[in-house]
Amino acid sequence: MQKPQEGLILEVRNLTTSFKTDDGIVTAIDDVSFDVYAGETLGIVGESGCGKTVTSKSIMRLLPAHLSFLGAKSQILFGGLDLARISESKMRKIRGNRIAMIFQEPMTALNPVFTVGWQLDEALKYHTDLGRKARRKRSMEMLRLVEIPNAEQRVNEYPHQLSGGMRQRVMIAIALCCEPDILIADEPTTALDVTIQAQILRLMEGLKEKLSTAILLITHDLGVVAQVCDRVMVMYAGRVIESASVREIFHDPRHPYTKALLGSIPKSGGRSEDRRLPTIEGVVPNLRNLPAGCRFEKRCSLSDKEVCQREEPPLVTIDGRRSVRCHYPIQPHQPEEA
Amino acid sequence: MAILQVQDLVKHFPVHGGFLGRVISKVHAVNGVSFFIEAGEILGVVGESGCGKSTLGKSVIRLLKPTSGSILYQGQELSTLDHQAMMPYRKKMQIVFQDPYSSLNPRMTVHAAIAEGVRFHGVVPDTEIDDYVQRLIVKVGLQADAGNKFPHEFSGGQRQRIGIARALALKPDFIVADEPVSALDVSIQAQILNLLMELKEEFNLTILFISHDLKVIEHFCDRVLVMYLGYVVEELPCHRLHEAALHPYTRALLGANPVNDPDDRRPLAVLEGSVPSPFDLPPGCPFASRCSERRDECTIRMPPLLSRGKQHRIACYAIDPITR
Repeated sequence: MQKPQEGLILEVRNLTTSFKTDDGIVTAIDDVSFDVYAGETLGIVGESGCGKTVTSKSIMRLLPAHLSFLGAKSQILFGGLDLARISESKMRKIRGNRIAMIFQEPMTALNPVFTVGWQLDEALKYHTDLGRKARRKRSMEMLRLVEIPNAEQRVNEYPHQLSGGMRQRVMIAIALCCEPDILIADEPTTALDVTIQAQILRLMEGLKEKLSTAILLITHDLGVVAQVCDRVMVMYAGRVIESASVREIFHDPRHPYTKALLGSIPKSGGRSEDRRLPTIEGVVPNLRNLPAGCRFEKRCSLSDKEVCQREEPPLVTIDGRRSVRCHYPIQPHQPEEA
Repeated sequence: MAILQVQDLVKHFPVHGGFLGRVISKVHAVNGVSFFIEAGEILGVVGESGCGKSTLGKSVIRLLKPTSGSILYQGQELSTLDHQAMMPYRKKMQIVFQDPYSSLNPRMTVHAAIAEGVRFHGVVPDTEIDDYVQRLIVKVGLQADAGNKFPHEFSGGQRQRIGIARALALKPDFIVADEPVSALDVSIQAQILNLLMELKEEFNLTILFISHDLKVIEHFCDRVLVMYLGYVVEELPCHRLHEAALHPYTRALLGANPVNDPDDRRPLAVLEGSVPSPFDLPPGCPFASRCSERRDECTIRMPPLLSRGKQHRIACYAIDPITR
């Protein structure tokens, strides 16, 4: 499922986001660059604290301005604008309109004291010129589009009257009602049961085709990535460590972390005799106290303990379109114990 | 021989309401569940939120008093024991929770938290407690100086190691592991699963392993019970899960589980219909409202859990039992 080269809609360049904390400045994401093309699903994966949510919130400018700041070289190029530099009032015209976002916990993202219909209407009122009747019609259309049964009744209900899956559908309806170019989905199915997750993923796939919206899917679940993403960016401790097509990531990973991460997931029908899983020993480094060299060095089985400790590898492009940040990337199709 | 034999276990929670706070309704959390676990076995319980798997786990070790039913543990009936008589079994049966942070006292050092139960149950003589606890701390893979620290100083995976050390300290025979890795990142999840397996082998533990994640269950357990709204709908050995599972709900769970292979993209199986409320279960099979194989009798009475070959039981009218 290779995506066309044209249709580049979002270019993130050298995005660096730091937070002011009591213990000084902490840089949560460091020099993150990537592109998003129209109609594709780009997955951002990594474990807790790797910076995937900070990346998405930086793009949406949803981080508290008094506690966080972007690096000087950071650029978020979208529709001829640099979102890192435009005013908040300009950003408001884009947020929820051209770039929309859905969150992990729809209960906290929805307003508990307003009906579903009111919350859909709010977005339309702000971003479109539609009259009241036309907005109502559009709201109903959206609820039907996200396959909510009894939309006529549901539109007058409050979030607490809906199940988790239904709430996430409402979130998606609100996010998509202005037909955004990009939908950022931050762990959209993590709080849901697997059978409901399957429904929501299928729904997102269908809507992507129908509305040709690009999806930036943030998740820690590699199974979800394998099923729905076109390209994948793997993050570790605030850095992009590998970026490639979904096939390349799963069948031919080049970074030892990517490979080890894939290895540590229990596989259907493939358990070893002693039921042990390959693990990544140790823990993620503290962002306040990062090593001078590669951030994965301490946990890496391929580290040479010298170059890797001394200097951090750059993100280099290999084979044309994929990139990896490693001094000793795994060689293609060479069986290697990571 | 079965170390634990559970028969027709029922747990209902009363719902109070109205002016007088009378019981106005009941949540049917566990509705007549029967199963056994052999000594040294790992039995998985899988199901979605609200299916009663945690209630089952807590009822079995009498953290909750069952409404009715029998729990035979090493030949002793537990469901009717009073507080005092239950005490020796509290030591033998331990639990590891999903979120070790909320299950550890934030003001107790790790050493104190582990030593508390050891002292109470007199597992080792008082003079040896410090040594014993220290050995456990190292055994579960924590730093030797971890004992003097407080729970907030640890990461999620390390806290789960503390939770495991605490359970293990009483030298139990039987452990209920209630979603022990669900809150952890995959690389840490693998570490904790390996640790549990090592300890299980070393101390010959029997484990009731509760999880919503079929991949983890399939990897870790010998057999699995599939639960739906308080009922066991299917029971089968994990190594035969994919080929032998027959219940439409088990098949749906398997189909909805995303496979880690971009070349094996399937239209994720989607269940239609909605989940009935556990307050007001309809008669018949609770899965009937979402089931593609539904027949008339499904909405009249719950199908019995019948044997279908070795170690395989299934509760579904659409599947013919082959042996009784």
